[in-house]
Parts: sequence; C-alpha cells; structure tokens
Amino acid sequence: MTELLSSAPISRVVPWPRLRFYAVWAMVAVVLAAFPSVFTSASSLTTFSLVGTAIIFALSYNILLGQTGLLSFGHAVYYGIGAFFAVHSMNLIPQYGLPVPLPFVPLIGGVAGLLLAILTGWISTRRAGTVFSMISLGIAELAVALALILTDFFGGEDGISTNRTKLPAWFGWHFGPQVQVYYLVAFWVFISALAMYALTRTPLGKICNAVRDNPERVQFVGYDPHVVRYLAFCFAGLFAGIAGALAAISFESANFTDLGWVKSGAVIFSTYIGGTSIFVGPIVGAIFFVYLSLSLSDYTSVWQLYFGLLFILVVRYAPGGIGGTLLMHRMPLRVGRLGGILKTYAIAAIPTLMLVAGFVLAVETIVHHTVNANEDPRIKAFGVSFDASSLVTWMIAVVLMLIGYFVGRLTWQGVTRAWDDARTIASERGIPS
Amino acid sequence: MLELVIISALNGVLYGLLLFLMASGLTVVFSMLGVLNFAHAGFYMLGAFFGFQISKWFGFWWALLLAPIIVGLIGAAVERFALRDIHRSGHVAELLFTFGLAYVIEEVVQIIWGKDPVDYRGPPSLDFPAFSIFSTNYPSYKVFMFAVSVAVFVALLVVIKRSRIGLVVQASLTHPQMVAHLGHNVGLVFTLVFGVGIGLAALAGVIAGPILQTQSNMAASLIALLFVIIVVGGLGSLAGAFVASLLIGLIQTFAVSLDGSLASLFGPLSPDAPQFLIRNIWTVTIAQVAPIIPYALLILVLILRPMGLFGTRET
Repeated sequence: MTELLSSAPISRVVPWPRLRFYAVWAMVAVVLAAFPSVFTSASSLTTFSLVGTAIIFALSYNILLGQTGLLSFGHAVYYGIGAFFAVHSMNLIPQYGLPVPLPFVPLIGGVAGLLLAILTGWISTRRAGTVFSMISLGIAELAVALALILTDFFGGEDGISTNRTKLPAWFGWHFGPQVQVYYLVAFWVFISALAMYALTRTPLGKICNAVRDNPERVQFVGYDPHVVRYLAFCFAGLFAGIAGALAAISFESANFTDLGWVKSGAVIFSTYIGGTSIFVGPIVGAIFFVYLSLSLSDYTSVWQLYFGLLFILVVRYAPGGIGGTLLMHRMPLRVGRLGGILKTYAIAAIPTLMLVAGFVLAVETIVHHTVNANEDPRIKAFGVSFDASSLVTWMIAVVLMLIGYFVGRLTWQGVTRAWDDARTIASERGIPS
Repeated sequence: MLELVIISALNGVLYGLLLFLMASGLTVVFSMLGVLNFAHAGFYMLGAFFGFQISKWFGFWWALLLAPIIVGLIGAAVERFALRDIHRSGHVAELLFTFGLAYVIEEVVQIIWGKDPVDYRGPPSLDFPAFSIFSTNYPSYKVFMFAVSVAVFVALLVVIKRSRIGLVVQASLTHPQMVAHLGHNVGLVFTLVFGVGIGLAALAGVIAGPILQTQSNMAASLIALLFVIIVVGGLGSLAGAFVASLLIGLIQTFAVSLDGSLASLFGPLSPDAPQFLIRNIWTVTIAQVAPIIPYALLILVLILRPMGLFGTRET
C-alpha cells in the first residue's frame, strides 16, 4: 500500500487543474509577502531565513531521492560550495568595485554548485542504487578533507566571513536590516520552488521518474538512464548551491561544516521524514526539521537521539513520510471509511503514547546518570519534573512501557483491520488505493 | 630510512588487517543480502566501547571473548527484527535504515560514554616490547593483534571453503532461491552471516581500541573508508577486499610519514605568481593529503576499472 504510493509518479498524485495551480502559487507569494507584517520580530525573520534555505535544500535533494531514486550521502558538498563561492564573491565584488548587487549572489552560488555537479556527476551517476550512494559518500569525504587542506579558500576550521552590506545597493536596499534579507530569501525560495516544481512537470522530470522505477524499460524506449540521472544530478547541484549561497548571505559566513556530514545527514532526515513522493513533502520536512532542532533542544539535551529514532521509525513504519502518509488517507476518504480509521487511530494513540512516555522517562533517567551524574537528581524533561534517582521513576517507566507495548499491539491490530475493510471496499468499487 | 620503511610496512599491514576484519563482513553481507550496512562501523565502535567496559569490569581477555559475541547478537537481532521487514520496501529504505541506525548508535555511545576518548588499555600481560628493529621497540600487543587478525582470516577461509555451512553461504551468495528450494533455511543463514559479520567488526573494535583512540567519532570517518575498500576490491569479493584493505592500510600509513610537497619538488612559488586562494596546493605535504588518497583511489578505480580489482560484475 505505502509502497505503491511512494513509487507513484508525482503527476498522478496531484492532478492540478490550471486555475488551481496559479491560485496556489499566488497564495504562496501573498503569504511570503505578508509574513513580515505579521511576524515583525527580527528573530522570527531569521528563523524564516533558516527555514527558507532548508526548504530549497530539501527540495533540491528530492530531485535526486524522490524523483530519480538516487540516495546521495554527500548532497551538502554542493550546498557548501555554493556557500563558499557566495562568500568569496561577496568579498571580491566590493574589492574590485563590480556592479553586482546582493540579490544576484545566490545565482553565483547556484552556478558553482552546478559546475561542481557537472564535474563529479558523470562518474557518480554511472550506476544508480547502492553504488551511487557509496560514491557520493566518498566524494563527500574527499570534499571535507580537501576543505581542511585548502585553507586559503575554505578558511580552515574557522571558515570565511564577509559583510553583505558592502555590496552595491539594490534600489536603495543595503540588506542590513533583517527584513530586507527576509525578502531576498523569500524571493529566491519562491523562484526556486516554482522552478523545481516546473521541473517535475517537464518531460525530463517524467523520464526521471521512469528511470527511478524501471531503468531497463527507459533504455528500451531509447533514453540513456545514465544521462537522465546526470541531468537530475546537475539540477540538484544547482539548487543546492543556491540554498548554500542564501545561507551564506544570512549568516555572512561559510564554514567547512557546511559541506560536511552533519549537513548531508540533516537534508536526508528532513526530506525523507517530510515524504519524498509528493512535491510539498520536503517542504513540510524542512519546516519540521528546523522547528524541532530549534525547539527540542530547549526540552531535552539528547534531542538528536530522539530525532534519529524518529527517523528509523518513519523508515520502518511510514516509508511515505508525513506527506505520503497523509496522502494515503485519500482512499478511505473516498470510500467513506476515514472516520472509522481515525477512531482506531485515536484508540491506538493512548497506549502508544504511554509507550513513548515510558521510553522517554527511561532515557532521560539514564542520561541523568551517565551525563550529569553529580547534579541534582530532581530533573526536568519536556516540562515534567521527576526524581531520577528514585526507584518509583524506574517502576513507572517500566510499567508504562510494558502496558503500552502489549495494549498497543492489540489496538494496532484494530487499525490494520479497519484498513483492510477500507481496502476491500475500494477494490470492490474499483477505486485505486 | 630503512627503519621507517619497515616500521611503516608493519603498521600498514596491521592496519590493513584490521580494515579487512570489518570489510569482510560488510562485503559478504552486501553480496548476500544486497544490504549495504551503513552502521557497520558503528558496530565496530560498539565493539570497542563494550570491550573497554567489559575489560574494566572483568579484564581484557573476557572482553575479547564477550564483546564480539554480544555485539554480534545485537547485529543478528537487527537483521531478524528490522532489516528483514524493511527489505520489502527496497534498497533505498534499507540503506536509510542502517544510516539512521549508525546515527543512533553514535548518539547512544555519546550518552553513555561521553564525547571524550576513554582510557582503554590492552592487557598488562602484553605490555612489553616483543622485539626491536634498529632503535624502535615493537610492542607485543601489536604482535598479538597480528596473530588474532591472521587467525580470524584463516578460520574464515577454512569455514567458507571447507565446511558445509560455508558451501551453503557460498551458494546463497549467488542463488538464494535455489538454496531455499533445496531445503536450507536461507533466512537463518542470512541472520547468521549478518551476526558473524557484525561480530568480526566488533572484534576489530576490541583489539584496535587500545591502539587507535576509542572515541564516539571513531565510526563516522571509517565507514566511507570501508566503502572505498569494498568498491576498490570489487563488490562481493573477499579476496578483493583483502587486497584492498592491505593496500589502503599501507597507503595511509606510508603517506602520513612522508613529508614532500609540490614546493619541495619544484621549489617555492615565485613571489609574483598568483597568491590568491589556491596557493595551498603548492605547499601541502603528502602527510596532509593522506586522508584524501583513498577517495582519489576510489574515483580512479571507478574510471579505469569499474568492476574493482577482483570483481566480476561492474559496479
């Protein structure tokens, strides 16, 4: 079921009539334009810049993972190279007095990402699948090692910093205030998202889907899957470079970690959790990821662990990600069984939450004893205070987990039954699942 | 100079053997199950930390025995209860799962043992120089590492080539369906092979821990190196993995002890040459570029010989 959906082509999932297409994008533009009048504080605008670059980056990654079926472990290399080229050009433009204002700098980053992708892509896209993944990781390691060696260009461990206000003004804007940067980022997010959406609608986008699903048949039709993968790779590099340049503009610096392991991992997490099978999936994922990484760290010191576990659970139980899982429910909606399914969810949620609460309690207690062993045992996690050294805490955690697990198994069987019902009705009426 | 060459060669071969302990499991699992285990180096790290903990409680020899078994069992459980189900969602999902697993293992190790290196020492009974070459004493612990690695290698070879289970494993590599039709429990064979592969990686962790640093970031940089080894050696080829492991081990060890650079070869750049941004290329030493040599080798192999050194199918 989920498998079918995740491999379904984008076009069938979103049957846009023309008018709705324009309406949606116009609405996005209006929301982006109105955002600073609603959220006036500089910090929320900074957060948006963060989210915006993450969105472009995740969308560019989905050209590879979702559209073409290429799992890259080194996508941050193109992001990072975009960031470094942006920073260097922001330093060189005022130095040589070139007439290039700031809004064009992301283009420089994009071209840098594109050129690097043209260079590395031909070898790495020779084969899809696991081999591609391994090579992408090798190239990523190569890039990080090189970045630490070529200290003049990459600035070593400290990175390179710049000043965005030194560039020639653009209609009176110097991009000092956060709101001007916001509009620059928002503009590029809009343009890039639109372009990447358009890309999925072109013949190239369609043939990418075909290469993902069945490269042999594509060869029979007369296309070379290698070339198709290569083109997709180059486009992904271009938009990753734009994202990197935008990040460099908002932080006014670039660092070797921009092309490293953590960044590549983050984009895999956010894209996959958001859902690779629909266009908005990576957008949802990027917002979700940035939000969690900003807010979870306030609640618990080991949020990366929870995030990793969440990712594993999504891979294991909801391969469609957030977007794909939501889309899955169109079928029961059409056969009128959505209410029943939601009811079984609500029942299953109670023991599942107990299981999660017990697990979190156990983890936080263990963390207290290993990481902060000498501190006060009365700790606080997720806003709840408890005594980490008392036996009662352990008992509660164990009981919660046991009850949650065994009752949860029963209630999830109910969910499966409700789905089977809906599927039976759907196949009787000939509605595709 | 001769002293340097001999010591570097010994260290290089030793490092190569350690790499092979890990790469052998990785490449066999890959060709049998089609799963590229991203968390393989994570299990190596778990082996090192379990070894540290057990040797702190019961002594090193118990750690040598118990840690690989425990980690191997964890690995077998991962194959049985998670990977087998995810297998149905395709290779991308499997790879993503092991990727997430590697991330979680690193986080868990950081939570339990912290980010700083732990003080993991070999057994005191091996704390004496075995022999000396010129003026350098060669520690007997390294000789012991040699012995363990070679013993495991020989045992592996005998089991695979000479025993009945080895025959089934070899057959399952290429024709899993046929083996299942003949009445063998292929699922069990897969779980077994996965567990043993993980156990070998953990063994490498236990014996390498005292010499290399036992730290929570020891896995992240290693996994890419292992990928290089199995691609360069040829996917699914044990002999190729062996040769590639030794090759990478020797290259890495020799490169860090060499000190040449383009500047020392051609003389420094003239002052009026462009001094901008890329002049580093002229002055970096071979020791500094040591970390990138394996990846350069990977790209070279992919261009010149895509099936790897000993592979039969193109990567």
